Amino acid sequence: MTADIASLPPRRNALLRAIATMLHSPVGATGTCIVTVVVLLALFGPQVSPHDPIKGNLRARFEAPGYSDASGIYRLGSDQLGRDIFSRIIAGSRVSVLVGVVSVLISGTIGVLYGLVSGFVGGRLDSLMMRIVDGLLAVPFIILVVAISGVVGAGLGTLILILGLTGWVTYARVIRGEVLKVREQEYVIAAYALGQRRLVVMLRHILPNVISSAIVLAAVQVGVTVLAESSLSFLGLGVKPPTVTWGLMLSDGRQYINSAWWMTTFPGIAITVTVLGVVFLGDWLRDFLDPNVRGRG
Amino acid sequence: MRAFILSRLLQLVVTMFMVSLVVFFMVRLRGDPILVMAPPNFDAEQIAKLRAAWGFDKPLGEQYITFLSKALRGDFGKSFQANRPAMELVIERLGYTYLLASAAAGIGLTIAIPLGIVSALKRNSLLDLLSTALASLGTAMPSFWLGLMLIIIFSVHLRMLPAFGALEPRALIMPAVTLGVGMAARLSRLTRSAMLEVLSQDYVRTARSKGLAQKAVVLRHALRNALIPIVTVFGLQLGWLLGGSVVVESVFSWPGLGRQMIDSINVRDIAMVQAGLFFFALSFILINYAIDVIYILIDPRIRFD
Repeated sequence: MTADIASLPPRRNALLRAIATMLHSPVGATGTCIVTVVVLLALFGPQVSPHDPIKGNLRARFEAPGYSDASGIYRLGSDQLGRDIFSRIIAGSRVSVLVGVVSVLISGTIGVLYGLVSGFVGGRLDSLMMRIVDGLLAVPFIILVVAISGVVGAGLGTLILILGLTGWVTYARVIRGEVLKVREQEYVIAAYALGQRRLVVMLRHILPNVISSAIVLAAVQVGVTVLAESSLSFLGLGVKPPTVTWGLMLSDGRQYINSAWWMTTFPGIAITVTVLGVVFLGDWLRDFLDPNVRGRG
Repeated sequence: MRAFILSRLLQLVVTMFMVSLVVFFMVRLRGDPILVMAPPNFDAEQIAKLRAAWGFDKPLGEQYITFLSKALRGDFGKSFQANRPAMELVIERLGYTYLLASAAAGIGLTIAIPLGIVSALKRNSLLDLLSTALASLGTAMPSFWLGLMLIIIFSVHLRMLPAFGALEPRALIMPAVTLGVGMAARLSRLTRSAMLEVLSQDYVRTARSKGLAQKAVVLRHALRNALIPIVTVFGLQLGWLLGGSVVVESVFSWPGLGRQMIDSINVRDIAMVQAGLFFFALSFILINYAIDVIYILIDPRIRFD
C-alpha cells in the first residue's frame, strides 16, 4: 500500500504532463523557445555579444547590415555612433526581461491581494475599493504611466516601480470576480463549518483557487509591460542612456529614418518577437491551467 | 430603462470624482508639485511666489476643493507654455485626436468584422490560419514601430504619403492605419470566437433548416447575436485607441491631445497635464456609457423595468 503511494509522485506528474502538452502544442513550444532565448540573452548577453554595446566606433558609423572591419562583422549594421545594432539588441533584452518580470511581480502581488480582500470582504469596502479601480482604469494605462513618469522622473528603477504600481488594477478586477465565484463553493462553506478562521479560509481555500487566473493574466501583462517600457523609452520618458533598451534604439533610429532603415527595423523586430513569444506562452498556459479547456486540443 | 440610464449616469459621476482624485494626487506624487514645475534656476523666493500663486501653500483638502470646483467650471488654470487657458488648448487638440481615433476605429472595424466572420465560417482553413497569425502579429507589434515602418516604406522610399503633420487629408492615412491595425487584430479574434459560438446555436440551425440563404443566416441570425460581445470589446478598445494615440501622434507629429500631453509633460506644464488627463478619462467614460446604452438597443433580452 505504502509502496503504491510512493510510486505516484504527483508533482513530477504535473511537470511531465506540462512537458507532454507542450510537445503537442506548436504554439506553446514556439513561445517557450522564444522566451528561453530572450532570458538566456539577458543573462549571458555580455559573454556572447560580438561588440561592446555602449562604446562606439566612429569609423564605423551608419554602416549597413553585413559591414565588417578589423573589429569584426556588424551583422545588423551600426548606429550613429558606430555601435553594433546586434550587440545592442542583445544588451537591450536585459532591460525588457527585468522590467517585464519585476513589474509584473509587483503589480501581480498587489492586484491579487487587493482583489482577494475586495471580493472576500464584500459590502461597502468592496464598493469603495472597486470605485477606486474604476477611477484608475478610466485613464488609459499608457497615458497614466506617461503622466506619472513625467512627474516622478525617468530611470530604470523608477520605471519598474511605476509600471508595477499602476498595472495592478487589471488583476484586482479579474481576481475579485473569481473570488466572488469561488466564495460560494461548497468547499469554502465546508471550511467555515469546520470552524476555520476567515483569514485562513481566504488564504488557504480561496487564494489557491483563483491563482491560476492570475498566472495567465501575468503572462499577458509581461507582454503589455514590455510594450509599455519600449513606448515610454521611445518617448524619452523611460530609461535613459547609456542603458541600452529597444525603445531607446528606436528613438535613435527615428532621427535617421531617411538613411539608416536598419536602426529602426531590427529593434522593432526584437520587441515584436519577444512579445509574440510571451503571448504564445500565455495562450498555452491558459489552456494548460484551465481544466475545462484541457484535452480539447 | 430610464432608471437604468439614470443609475449608470450616477455611477459615471462617481467615477469622474475618482478620476479627479487621481489627477489631483498624481501631480503631488513627489510631495510638493512646485518641485516638478519650477525651472531648476529658480531661487527660494521665486519658488515661494510660484507656490503662493498656485495655492500650493494651502492645506491639501482646501487645495482639492479649489481644484474640483474650478475643474467643474472648466477652469484648469493657465498653460504656462502656451500662456492660454489649458482648457482652450485641450478642446482645440481634442478634435484632432477624435478624428484620428474615429478613422482608426473605422479601419479596425472594416478589417476585423469581415475577417472574423470569414475565419469562423471557414474554420481551420488556410485563410483562418493566416488571419490568426496576422492577429497575433498585430497584437505583439508596438504601434509606434509599425508607424516607423510605414514611414520608411511610404514616405522615404515610395514618397506617396507625408511622414508628419496634418496639413492635408492624406496625412491622416498612416497614423490611422497604424492605430487601426492593433484594434483590428484584437477585434477580429473576438468576432471569430463570438461567431463560432453563435453558429452552433439551435436558432442558427433552425434558420438553415428552413432553407434560408447562407447570407441571411450569417448576417441576420448569427451576426446580430454575436454583436453583443463585439460591442463591449469595441468600447474597451476605443479606450486603448485613446491611449495609443499618445504614442502614434508623437511618431507622426499629429497635432492631437496625445502629442500635446507629451510636450506638456516634457516642459512640466502641470495645468495642461491635468486638463489633458481629465479629458482623456472623460472621453473614455462617456464612450463606455454610450456602449451601455447601445447594449439595451441591440439586446432585447435586457430589460430594466
